[in-house]
Amino acid sequence: MTTPLLLIGILLLGGAGAAMLSRNLIHSALLLVGAWAGIAGFYLWAGAEFVAFAQVLVYVGAVSMVVLFAVLLTRQGATTAPVEFDSFQRAVAGFITAGGVAGVLLGAILGTPMDGPAAPAPAAITVKQLGAQLMGPHAAALLIVGVILTVALLGAILIAAVDKPEDPAP
Amino acid sequence: MSPLQLCLVLSSLLFCVGLAGALSRSNTILVLLGIELMLNAANLNFIAFWRYGLHPAAGTGVIFVLFAIAVAAAEAAVGLALVIAVHRHRKTVRLQEANTLKG
Repeated sequence: MTTPLLLIGILLLGGAGAAMLSRNLIHSALLLVGAWAGIAGFYLWAGAEFVAFAQVLVYVGAVSMVVLFAVLLTRQGATTAPVEFDSFQRAVAGFITAGGVAGVLLGAILGTPMDGPAAPAPAAITVKQLGAQLMGPHAAALLIVGVILTVALLGAILIAAVDKPEDPAP
Repeated sequence: MSPLQLCLVLSSLLFCVGLAGALSRSNTILVLLGIELMLNAANLNFIAFWRYGLHPAAGTGVIFVLFAIAVAAAEAAVGLALVIAVHRHRKTVRLQEANTLKG
């Protein structure tokens, strides 16, 4: 039961950690695609198939392409210059903070007795039930999310669009 | 260790990897990617509590994650557009050099 989860976790954390440590932006983006695919694997393991497919479509498919476009559009020069850590002090402070947060979270999780249902029934929620819930009780939220996505993408196009060259001042 | 605790440990570690990346790197795109990792770690928590919670048939966690993924996609698009806009005006993607509004 837990062996697949451990494998998924090792792949996931390895990919994410290597992406955050990598000095090549393209390698970072591609390793993160692997980490996102690992998250989709976790969703499959947990029995949330529809969320896994949504994760693959949105992250592995769409967000990774947007990230790669941003990397290529903001590249300086033709060479793929390594992206160094900015300063040793900043990196050490970041790692110490993250390690502290990890310690606090792990202590809280491992110190809490979590005896749920001994053998939880395989939670099967079919896509049909999910669709009925989305279109029924959550219809308003679904519409609002649609509006948010439309407005955000229009705004992204407006922000990133190239300005018209202005007429030279006389 | 129960499976729920294992899931929570996994998502905490993923959150902290994202936090370390967002705090220690100075490339704007990498900081955004670290924030995306933290968002994904939160989604793992929703799914874990849905799977091992008291009412897995209700499907609340799944629906929450679907909405969170949609909002995260919008956030990524706007964030990367901002990175491109800043790069066009200042020719840099380093966070420290975008300091026009610094007091």
